[in-house]
Amino acid sequence: MGLNQFGLSELVAMVKKGEVSPLDVANDLFSAVDAVEPKIRAYIEFYAEDLLDEAKRLTNSGEYKSTRFAGLPIVLKDNITVKGKRTTCGSRILAGYVSPYDATVVGHLKRDGAIIAGKTNLDEFGMGSSTENSAFGATRNPWNLDCVPGGSSGGSAAAVAAQTALAALGSDTGGSIRQPAGFCGVVGMKPTYGRVSRYGLVAFASSLDQIGPITRSVRDCALVLSSICGRDPRDATSLQSPLPEFEGALEKRREKLTIGVPWDLLDLGMDPLVEANFKTVIDALERCNVSVVDATLPNSKHAIACYYTIANAEASSNLARYDGVRYGHRTGTYDDLFTMYTRTRDEGFGEEVKRRILLGTYVLSAGYYDAYYAKAQRVRSLVIADFNASFDRCDLIMVPTSPSPAFRLGEKTDDPLLMYLSDVFTIPVNLAGLPAISIPSGVTDQRLPMGVQLIGRPLDEETVLRGAADLEKMIGFHGGAVV
Amino acid sequence: MTSEYEPVIGLEIHAQLLTRSKMFCACPASYGAAPNTLVCPVCLGLPGALPVANETAVEFAVTMGLATDCTIARRSVFARKNYFYPDCPKNYQITQYDAPLCTGGHIRIDGNDKKIRIKRIHLEEDAGKLVHSDEENSSYVDMNRVGIPLIEIVTEPDLRSPAEASLFMQKLRAILRYLEICDGNMEEGSLRCDVNVSLRKTGTGKHGVNTEIKNLNSFKAIEQALDYEVERQKALLGQGLAVSHATLLWDDAAGECRVMRSKEEAHDYRYFPEPDLRVLEVSDTLIERARASLPELPAAKEKRFVGDFGIPAYDAQLLTATKEISDYYEIVARESGNPKAASNWVMGEVLRELNERKIEIPMFEITPERLARLIREVEKGTINIPTAKSVFKEMAKTGHDPEVIIAGKGLEQIGDEAELDEIIGKVLDNHPSEVAMYLAGKVTLLKFLVGQVMKASKGKAHPQKTTDRLKTLLEERRDD
Repeated sequence: MGLNQFGLSELVAMVKKGEVSPLDVANDLFSAVDAVEPKIRAYIEFYAEDLLDEAKRLTNSGEYKSTRFAGLPIVLKDNITVKGKRTTCGSRILAGYVSPYDATVVGHLKRDGAIIAGKTNLDEFGMGSSTENSAFGATRNPWNLDCVPGGSSGGSAAAVAAQTALAALGSDTGGSIRQPAGFCGVVGMKPTYGRVSRYGLVAFASSLDQIGPITRSVRDCALVLSSICGRDPRDATSLQSPLPEFEGALEKRREKLTIGVPWDLLDLGMDPLVEANFKTVIDALERCNVSVVDATLPNSKHAIACYYTIANAEASSNLARYDGVRYGHRTGTYDDLFTMYTRTRDEGFGEEVKRRILLGTYVLSAGYYDAYYAKAQRVRSLVIADFNASFDRCDLIMVPTSPSPAFRLGEKTDDPLLMYLSDVFTIPVNLAGLPAISIPSGVTDQRLPMGVQLIGRPLDEETVLRGAADLEKMIGFHGGAVV
Repeated sequence: MTSEYEPVIGLEIHAQLLTRSKMFCACPASYGAAPNTLVCPVCLGLPGALPVANETAVEFAVTMGLATDCTIARRSVFARKNYFYPDCPKNYQITQYDAPLCTGGHIRIDGNDKKIRIKRIHLEEDAGKLVHSDEENSSYVDMNRVGIPLIEIVTEPDLRSPAEASLFMQKLRAILRYLEICDGNMEEGSLRCDVNVSLRKTGTGKHGVNTEIKNLNSFKAIEQALDYEVERQKALLGQGLAVSHATLLWDDAAGECRVMRSKEEAHDYRYFPEPDLRVLEVSDTLIERARASLPELPAAKEKRFVGDFGIPAYDAQLLTATKEISDYYEIVARESGNPKAASNWVMGEVLRELNERKIEIPMFEITPERLARLIREVEKGTINIPTAKSVFKEMAKTGHDPEVIIAGKGLEQIGDEAELDEIIGKVLDNHPSEVAMYLAGKVTLLKFLVGQVMKASKGKAHPQKTTDRLKTLLEERRDD
């Protein structure tokens, strides 16, 4: 029997009861990866040896029983650093780079008894919505191998959906956890900006990036989130706030939830299948004694333009360090410093990354700063104000995760703007720094999953998770795809 | 025609702060370690690393702001200055741009008569050091210096001569050192100065095109480079040619400025707020703590020395140039009970000794207490000044107490009348013709005879008493 078919919390319970051992789980996961990975290509690197050795050691010593993750494996998007392991960010430019330190979240996972079992594929530096922009090739959607898994955390979502991972971490700058979770029929959460330390997350856009869990259930999501969040003295943007045990929060009884639906944002357009599915969810909610009210986010129509100004500006600066001087790729031939820089970066970065660096450089240039970057920051405060006003009337805001289900590989690669639109419902959340979760809300007749997104007040992950748990139960969709 | 123009000079000063750790990480901010050993993922700009601002550095910068009468911003913003260079591992420097920590202060120069305005003081991180190897046709970079906290101090263009610029730097350095936030070592680069200079027609408000000079490693270099550049600009304008904006590099050995980059190569640094750091908030508590920690600054101390010790303003200025000297002087002045003598000793013998041996006060064998005792011995008449100077040399050499040296070598002045009379008697006996000439009216010979007595006493004769007794004994011989 494949223990990898169980979700993380179920397995933790089984392991703690002594029904199975960490090694049993590791063995089954390893077999699943062996069998499925060639079709999905979710991983950049799977640490098979580390996993089996560590699982064996823990199983023999019994040390795992008191820890949160009980010696079970978790995998990471390959823009999160692990000491002694390659960090590629899906880019040629980091060829050969081995990180000398653990990300703060990796420290937390290890402290809680998880085994770091591998690194998953991503759009280069998190720039993309399909995991096609990777120097290591595209990842496939386990539900349909001709479709993308979404992105940029497509490897993490695909592995969790294909049951080649029990749980994964992704990172979300404009939807990079939630959109692939939606495309792959799994749960993905972007916590409040500052909830989870970014130390050791390779920066794409510093003011937007946030690490979060990708799991098969809301409960698993709560379990992982409880481990990774918390104020980190190494991250000046991380927040000091009480740390609830999120799993416990799921059990709490509570008053009736009010969920707002921002129809003006939805008017920006979506696939009829997604719209129909979303309306089904609303009807079901109303039947379940949840108040659904109208909300409005009028400035969110500017969110994509605002986002691509701010994110690219930050990226152009964040990615400047990849220059061939200290680590990673350096071009073979050069006569002077300038040539070394330009050739290295030309060879090392993919097309989308170059596009964003150029756009970001442009919007920060003397004479353009006010027209683009400064204006985008003003728009950003309007987007935040819209959310604040909406939360006066509701506890959560609900929108579809993406305007369409997973698209086919290559479908949008020639049209970057069309690709950017796939994040229309997720980007406003990053601009506002809010917590949001995507959970599966149904499957199209083409057997492609769709997701619905719940957005909460700052630092109110608890309500987001409770609402998601209720919705998950109601929808009855649980698990992922078996390839 | 040269007086037609006056220089308009502004300074941009970088001072390394004496914090234990770097600006944005926990690495030690120190020198002399093997290359690339004082580094971590943060200062190396490794993927995923994040900066966290050093609170002590913020406090030091606030202190400097308070010491120069700046307004301290309760909220200031770190910004990224983007440029590609191998000494800058992130290819951006974290600095402050349009919202600096301190603004609108001043420092007084010229005996406090002239106010030089400080435009701003902000915090930033230092870059690494490039080491070029011609033999290997390669360059290396040492990242130990990367991330050492700096304050950048920018003046308004209020300086009107190269000498004034140098004087200002000396004042500024003294303040930094009084505050103990920077060691002020220009040769080693812990205090660096770039100057901007343009000429304008004397008396008009219109500035000319300026040039910037970098690589000024001493007060002398500041003055020489500015002299050089002012003359060059004068010559151009005199020929009806225009000065063009450029960054120049001072070559100390050659004594000239070289063009480093012209205007066309000017950078667009694409400044924007550093998203990895929050707005820098400075609390009232921090400001009050910094204010309470402010020591007496050179200008105030100068005034006090003139008032309390009655020494000339010039002396007071010299004696307050560094905190060490001023502290030293103050002890000598108080313990000797003779502030004027103390001032002469410190400005003369002490500074000469320190300069000759290139050492600092803390390494000096003669403690201020010992020097005060030496002065008291002179006051008491135990020794005269020439003897005291040789005792001083002996003290510097051996580190012994003045009393021990005086007693050990029998240097006590001869003030006893009988003893003096005996020596004088012998001298007069040996110089009968000089005695006769003196008694015949050539009184100027008295000086010669004093000299002979001094010689005979090996310098120990009390000068005034010798003169007095000589006169008496000579008169006695008239009766013979």
